[in-house]
Amino acid sequence: MPTLIEASDLKVYFPIQEGLFRKSKQFVKAVDGVSFSIEQGSTVGLVGESGSGKSTIGKAIVRLVDPTAGIIKFRGELISDLNNQVFFPYRKKIQMIFQDPFNCLNPRMTVASIIGEPLDIHFPKLSRAEKDDKISGLLTKVGLEVDHKNRYPHQFSGGQRQRIGIARALSVEPEFIICDEAVSALDVSVQAQIINLLQDMQDEFKLTYLFIAHDLAVVEHISDFVLVMNEGKIVEKATAEAIYAKPQDPYTKKLLDAIPKMPTIAATGTG
Amino acid sequence: MPDIPLLAVKNLQIAFHSRSGINEAVKGIDFSMEAGETLAVVGESGSGKSVTALSLSKLLPPPPACTVEGKIHLEGRDLLALSEKDLRTVRGKEIAYIFQEPSTSLNPFYTVGHQIEEAIKLHRPDVEDVKGEVINALDIVGIRMPEKRFRDYPHQLSGGMQQRVMIAMGLSCHPKILVADEPTTALDVTIQAQIMDLMQSLKDKLNMSIMLITHNFGIVDGFADKLIVMYRGKIVESGETEAVLSNPQHPYTKALIACIPKLGGKSDRLETIDHSQLAG
Ligand SMILES: Nc1ncnc2c1ncn2[C@@H]1O[C@H](COP(=O)(O)OP(=O)(O)OP(=O)(O)O)[C@@H](O)[C@H]1O
Ligand SMILES: Nc1ncnc2c1ncn2[C@@H]1O[C@H](COP(=O)(O)OP(=O)(O)OP(=O)(O)O)[C@@H](O)[C@H]1O
Ligand SMILES: [Mg+2]
Ligand SMILES: [Mg+2]
Repeated sequence: MPTLIEASDLKVYFPIQEGLFRKSKQFVKAVDGVSFSIEQGSTVGLVGESGSGKSTIGKAIVRLVDPTAGIIKFRGELISDLNNQVFFPYRKKIQMIFQDPFNCLNPRMTVASIIGEPLDIHFPKLSRAEKDDKISGLLTKVGLEVDHKNRYPHQFSGGQRQRIGIARALSVEPEFIICDEAVSALDVSVQAQIINLLQDMQDEFKLTYLFIAHDLAVVEHISDFVLVMNEGKIVEKATAEAIYAKPQDPYTKKLLDAIPKMPTIAATGTG
Repeated sequence: MPDIPLLAVKNLQIAFHSRSGINEAVKGIDFSMEAGETLAVVGESGSGKSVTALSLSKLLPPPPACTVEGKIHLEGRDLLALSEKDLRTVRGKEIAYIFQEPSTSLNPFYTVGHQIEEAIKLHRPDVEDVKGEVINALDIVGIRMPEKRFRDYPHQLSGGMQQRVMIAMGLSCHPKILVADEPTTALDVTIQAQIMDLMQSLKDKLNMSIMLITHNFGIVDGFADKLIVMYRGKIVESGETEAVLSNPQHPYTKALIACIPKLGGKSDRLETIDHSQLAG
């Protein structure tokens, strides 16, 4: 399979505020020289310490933050220094499901318009009925009720809001999705439903995922390849099997050791 | 008063009213909590866990948009009958929250240090070195360079750091009951373990009770004394954590436990629940 997305020596630094008027000389090196590539139709898991730069990588790919150095390519084309106009078609191809759904859902828009908005932008020729059908179909797929499409984000539970964000990302038929803690607010059954959905769509449409998550069992299940980050750097990259069977880096080992053991459930085999 | 539990909830019903109709989010539930106890609440997304927690100190929209019925007694006091003024002393000081989504509770216009400072001043007026207390609070939740991070605005922090700021804020109120709604969803397993140990030790030190809403069975198994399982607005099962997890009775609990993803469980598809098989 061809390489879909590629990052080379990517760096994203944020200045540390030293006071109101002084110019900052210190930086938070959120992403500090990271290189990886993702094959079309595959899933790469991205794990690592809180604050290690995972979300920032995602945001750099969708151009929400500017890289300080390094390049990002999509199908071999350089996308990290395009202006907004030239980047526009990539906004359809590349979607990001954000970590904090409340933050990115417009509180004044109904669910139907939240999911419909990207459709208006990227599929302006859809008829009203086609658009409605599409929205209803997406809501059903993520386990929400079609009757609720005229509700506002605050009228949903946390996990329901997370699924609105997922439906929105899927609506424009993207080629590449960055899933940033996309299933972390869901109970294990709904989570399984969403993961199965993502995998079905991958089989059908050759979708490619960058899957950022803290649940290592979920990452193992969904990923072909895993990247482990610590303090802005990738400290280990290998196939999912290899990482879990034979972790090399001390931080990876520490991470695997810290997985809660679930003694009761394990002992009784109810799980 | 050995017979009065710290918190007693009886026949709690919560309904949302809108033009499109009534949504009965919680349909008559009972539970209680003792001082120093950790109660875990698990269950389906949308089953009413968060709204139950919010109702405890009247944080839901006022009627007619939302109606709350039943009884909520904190140390014998009827919370649903308290005035807004009396409720303000309950919130934070007696019942503190770590909310599910950071963006709903952190103010984007103030630094995180300032926000924790305000919480401490309000709920623990006897603390002298407030700033020192804040820096310590950030430090013990594992935020590096707390003196620098003190001056950060929420958007400058990662998701897991925002979550830890809320945890620091909730814990520094020294409440009687800490409601922690999905407190570790954005944390990697090493920090997750550190946070749970921290909560446990503060719980012991202050004889605090914790209501722990979570989808993470690893945490439930490791930390909760008792467990409530919710499904579609009702409690379908409850009891000692070990008893429920090792011998679940309700079909929903059994099915949910079967869905827990396991390391090394190399199956092509994950298990989901067939709801038509479950009698509501
Ligand atoms: N402000 C509101 N207006 C109308 N309905 C609401 C409101 N808040 C919550 N609901 C509904 O109440 C039900 C229970 O929501 P709640 O947030 O308690 O779920 P939850 O169990 O916490 O789920 P999750 O695990 O997804 O966070 C849901 O069906 C939700 O859509
Ligand atoms: N807009 C910003 N301004 C300043 N610093 C930022 C900004 N965004 C992120 N950072 C910093 O960059 C670092 C990496 O943050 P990032 O959100 O990428 O972490 P993460 O790996 O996604 O963590 P988590 O698992 O907690 O979500 C953190 O130190 C954070 O404080
Ligand atoms: Mg993040
Ligand atoms: Mg909730």
